[in-house]
Amino acid sequence: MSAGGGASQRRDSEISFATRRRLFLVSGVVLAALMVWALGGMPGFGDYHGIYGLLLNRVAVPEEHATNVITAVNFDYRGFDTLGEEFILFASVLGLALILRERRDEEEGPPDDDATGRQVSGASAAVRLITVALVGPTVVLAVYIIAHGAITPGGGFQGGVIAATALLLVYLGGEYLALRRLRPLPLVEITKATGAAAFVLIGVGGLIFGAAFLENFLPKGTAGDVFSAGTMQPLSVAVGLEITGGFVLILSEFLDQTLVLRRRRGARSR
Amino acid sequence: MSFAPFAVAIWIFLVGLYGVVTSRHLVHLVISLSVVQSSTYLLLLGIGYRTNGAASIFVDIPPNTKAVDPVVKALTLTDIVVGATVTALLLALAVQAQKRFGTVDPDELDPLRD
Repeated sequence: MSAGGGASQRRDSEISFATRRRLFLVSGVVLAALMVWALGGMPGFGDYHGIYGLLLNRVAVPEEHATNVITAVNFDYRGFDTLGEEFILFASVLGLALILRERRDEEEGPPDDDATGRQVSGASAAVRLITVALVGPTVVLAVYIIAHGAITPGGGFQGGVIAATALLLVYLGGEYLALRRLRPLPLVEITKATGAAAFVLIGVGGLIFGAAFLENFLPKGTAGDVFSAGTMQPLSVAVGLEITGGFVLILSEFLDQTLVLRRRRGARSR
Repeated sequence: MSFAPFAVAIWIFLVGLYGVVTSRHLVHLVISLSVVQSSTYLLLLGIGYRTNGAASIFVDIPPNTKAVDPVVKALTLTDIVVGATVTALLLALAVQAQKRFGTVDPDELDPLRD
């Protein structure tokens, strides 16, 4: 890759920025041409005839008593895929916590120090009031979205992310450090782990009371009720717990980086 | 028949790829990558669309209404969740790069550096 090496300002072995861009423009045009060519072989927009999806649209309501067919796909027909998806999330949150762990040359600064340094960007009284007032409705909305996953648009994934934004509201209001002293981090971790474990246990329940892993073994109720669609609603709550825990953990790891972790005085610069 | 949504997906993909290739900041690179990924949402939803189809949620519409494909929608949901966590993980790596090497310019990061 030394085609444009002479023009490099940084290191001899690297290709320069301009060369890299030229190289991309050439290959990008080729790639675009190939993709546009592939368009010819695509089914026309609005002309989809995949039989599996059409079938699910017909049978999800009478069979599983779930009016939201997407949730029925996620938590029932393809529930095993969602289990995998959940553990991708679990593993990446774990990895994130590991990458952002406290390094040897870092220490947690005392909150008082941070409070003085933070006065520059302190939130005004209006922002503080609005954000604190919005935390309650946000959590209520999240619970509503999670609880109606099998009925209307929503479910554990969407509701969990909404619940985690409550933490961001607290941060916007400038109350993060105050919250951090109260924040029960082990509880957040337990919430996340409980969500992950509950999903598997409900799946095992299908194995015990039904015929297969993740089989819908609970009574299915009336379609459109909150307590309907069998195991879908408990699974939605389990995913909601895990997503809430996971995203609160992600957000607080990043917020800790900006607000709390300080380089130890006299430590090496690298 | 229209191919516009697919063409837009191709456009978003290429724009994001351009951002990745020419990036000079790790955070910019990660955001460019999520732009690339958002083209897949459009592609998936575009494939599953049926002309005049309703959303596949049968709360207040008759059960045999023509509706769009639910499977690609579920796939898109998975796509978004995985995308969000991958973005978070990559941003964490960017934070570590800044701490360890004092730079977030991909060109200045040398794989053989201590």
